[in-house]
Amino acid sequence: MFDLLSNANTQWVLIGSIMLGFASGVIGSFVLLKKQSLISDAMAHATLPGVGLMYIIFEYKSIPLFLIGATITALLATYSIQLIIKHSRIKTDAAIGSVLSVFFALGIVFLTYISKNTSGNRSGLDDFIFGQAASLVASDVRMITIGSAILIILSALFFKEFKITIFDPLYAMGLGLPVRFLNLVLLGLVVGIVVIGIQMVGVVLIAALLITPPLSARYWTDKLGRMTILSGVFGAVSGVAGTVISTIGEGLPTGPIIVLCASIIFLFSLLFGSKKGFIPKVVSTHEL
Amino acid sequence: MSYDAWILLTGSLVGLTCGVTGALLVLRKMSMLADAISHTVLLGIVGAFFVTQSLNGLPMLIGAAIVGVLTAFFVQMLDSSGVQSDAAIGVVFTSLFALGVVLISFVGDSVHLDVEHALMGEIAFIPWDTLTVQGMNLGPKAVWMLGFVFLINVLFITLFYKEIKLTTFDPQFAALLGIPVMFIHYLLMGMISLSTVASFDSVGAILVVAMLIVPGATAYLLTDRFLILLILSGLIGILSAVTGFAFAVLFNVSIAGSMACATGLYFILAFIFSPKHGILMKQIRKYRLSSEQS
Amino acid sequence: MNALSVQNLTVTYDKTPVLQKVGFEIPKGSLTGIIGPNGAGKSTLIKAILQLIPRISGDIQVYGKPYHRQRRLIGYVPQRSEVDWDFPTSALDVVLMGRYGHIGLIKRPGKKEIQIAKEALRKVGMEEYQDRQISQLSGGQQQRVFLARALAQDAQIYFMDEPFVGVDAATEKAIIQLMQEWKEEGKTVLVVHHDLQTVEDYFDHVLLLNKSPVGCGPTQKVFTMENLKQTYGGSLKFLGENSVVLQERV
Repeated sequence: MFDLLSNANTQWVLIGSIMLGFASGVIGSFVLLKKQSLISDAMAHATLPGVGLMYIIFEYKSIPLFLIGATITALLATYSIQLIIKHSRIKTDAAIGSVLSVFFALGIVFLTYISKNTSGNRSGLDDFIFGQAASLVASDVRMITIGSAILIILSALFFKEFKITIFDPLYAMGLGLPVRFLNLVLLGLVVGIVVIGIQMVGVVLIAALLITPPLSARYWTDKLGRMTILSGVFGAVSGVAGTVISTIGEGLPTGPIIVLCASIIFLFSLLFGSKKGFIPKVVSTHEL
Repeated sequence: MSYDAWILLTGSLVGLTCGVTGALLVLRKMSMLADAISHTVLLGIVGAFFVTQSLNGLPMLIGAAIVGVLTAFFVQMLDSSGVQSDAAIGVVFTSLFALGVVLISFVGDSVHLDVEHALMGEIAFIPWDTLTVQGMNLGPKAVWMLGFVFLINVLFITLFYKEIKLTTFDPQFAALLGIPVMFIHYLLMGMISLSTVASFDSVGAILVVAMLIVPGATAYLLTDRFLILLILSGLIGILSAVTGFAFAVLFNVSIAGSMACATGLYFILAFIFSPKHGILMKQIRKYRLSSEQS
Repeated sequence: MNALSVQNLTVTYDKTPVLQKVGFEIPKGSLTGIIGPNGAGKSTLIKAILQLIPRISGDIQVYGKPYHRQRRLIGYVPQRSEVDWDFPTSALDVVLMGRYGHIGLIKRPGKKEIQIAKEALRKVGMEEYQDRQISQLSGGQQQRVFLARALAQDAQIYFMDEPFVGVDAATEKAIIQLMQEWKEEGKTVLVVHHDLQTVEDYFDHVLLLNKSPVGCGPTQKVFTMENLKQTYGGSLKFLGENSVVLQERV
């Protein structure tokens, strides 16, 4: 086991998973407070057809091309959801569910088309569904690490602007803040983290990294700043623990293990969290 | 019956069962709960496998129904403890689904249960997995299971028709009249779980979401009558299955995936052309109104 | 006998009390307005009485018996904004829902029920709209559908939550007429109301509420400047001419 961990490639993967987890925890905090957790899930599912389409068009495997495709279809899905809500009587939940499932189905259709009708095989593409840390090469990991770092820096730069636009968009507009632009930046951050995360965690579960860590952090603090950092730490811990476990246990899919680690942290926070946790609450009601 | 006919029948039954039941969730604004349950039933199926060491229909149905209702229960619990409902759904289903996927990787290759199957189903193998009673071949097991679940769903909807309607429209008023709102809620969750697991073998856990939500949303754009909406939703489900099958044969792609895509196609058509709520008619009405005024 | 008696009712939202130790009694056959500033807990009070939201404590008696045994006697007109009017159903269907408590589980509404529902729609002047999809009704018409549903419940004590908000003159008239009719039949009506100008015209009883009752009784006795000041506190200055009218009377 220690041999494995001292391996240079594995070390890079671990650093990548820490950075990815931290970035998704930070961005997830904004997403949670903006009540867009499930929209991010739809975005994640919608990256699959983008990846497939790029392979069909260019007929060779190139991670940057895949990620461009993923970005395009994720944005298209977000736009579709907004379009449906704005121009019909369909409510938000049904709009998200419809877009999510149809885009994902389209992705599956593209993948089967690739494996049956093109000369290439789709192995490697399947890893996008649940993520596979073991198959990452050095350049992938470098991209994940640098990408996450950029996203974290952007989140830090716009922290106070995000805070006010999410809490009270009208007031923010009154202050003269470019609210539409800030919303776009946030959308960009979410798409960014989803796209760079799908290789490691997979399209089906990447949204959990945006939802679960901030929700856990909420049980420990009422301050947005602390919540964001804590959420990042929870994300990073889940990321690194999940990667280690899935690397040691051969063949265990990385994404689901990372998500399970995040879920365990959530369960612990739900029970013991100092602010809203179940047990402190019961104790304080008894004292009353 | 020919091989293709069995596949068509299976797909149509999935469309019908999910369409009718899913429409109820669309009306209750709980589509994402359908999404959550269709993911988490995987855990129920794996659980049933670990208990019985086989992939039999009945234990699978029971396991899935239990996990499905549990999912709804956990979401409800987090919701009432103050977690916003979309995040509550997100955290519950990703956790249980991840657990299911991890457990599957312990099952081993000898058993016909893997992640890809769980996601996409294997409708192409359905016609070969047949039910035989005393040497008589009665057709695919999946068809029997889907038919059985469909009948159960129709039975419950018929029995509790007015209760389902009222608790959907105005749950507070229903509670005031002493109607068991929570019982109806969990009854529906049970129905969704059964429909999901019966469809699971054919279209997989994620594509079943499309069959549950999209036909209901499409019918919602086409009619203003509750009963007609349910029937229409079932018909759109069948239509999507047939269209999707034709498409899949034509382009040699995943049958289940095409069926789910076809639901999207019909949704887009309704979204644009629906005589009552389509954007085209709305534009025309707006145009007429402005030309009348000028 | 009192139609409604509430004792020691406390409701909290996340440890912050919304209603604190509320106790009051409403006589049978009275028309009571529940008055108080925004955030005083008026709607919360109704919902807590009807057990639609959880409460910390409280004993509620309807016609001398515990609430849960008297469900049949209760009629309710919620705020219009509480339901989704896009729901695929007709006006008549919504009114029929008022009969579901009488029909019982599983059984279907019969001819008699449909007759009652139609009669209720006629009483509020909505008989032409019985097959209309509810989203295509105006705000006032939707309110009248809710009134007809309460009417179809054939209750002894009615609770209405802000029925006059955003309705047209015809609907306002229909509501007042219906309240008077119920009163004449010896039924009891409680209405959450916020327009101080019309209180004296509409109600013979008032309940002044700001987290706990400031006063409860006949309008002439309780609806005084002094009590209103206590109920509204500093915000009374926003009442404008209302207070002038009141002062003249006092």
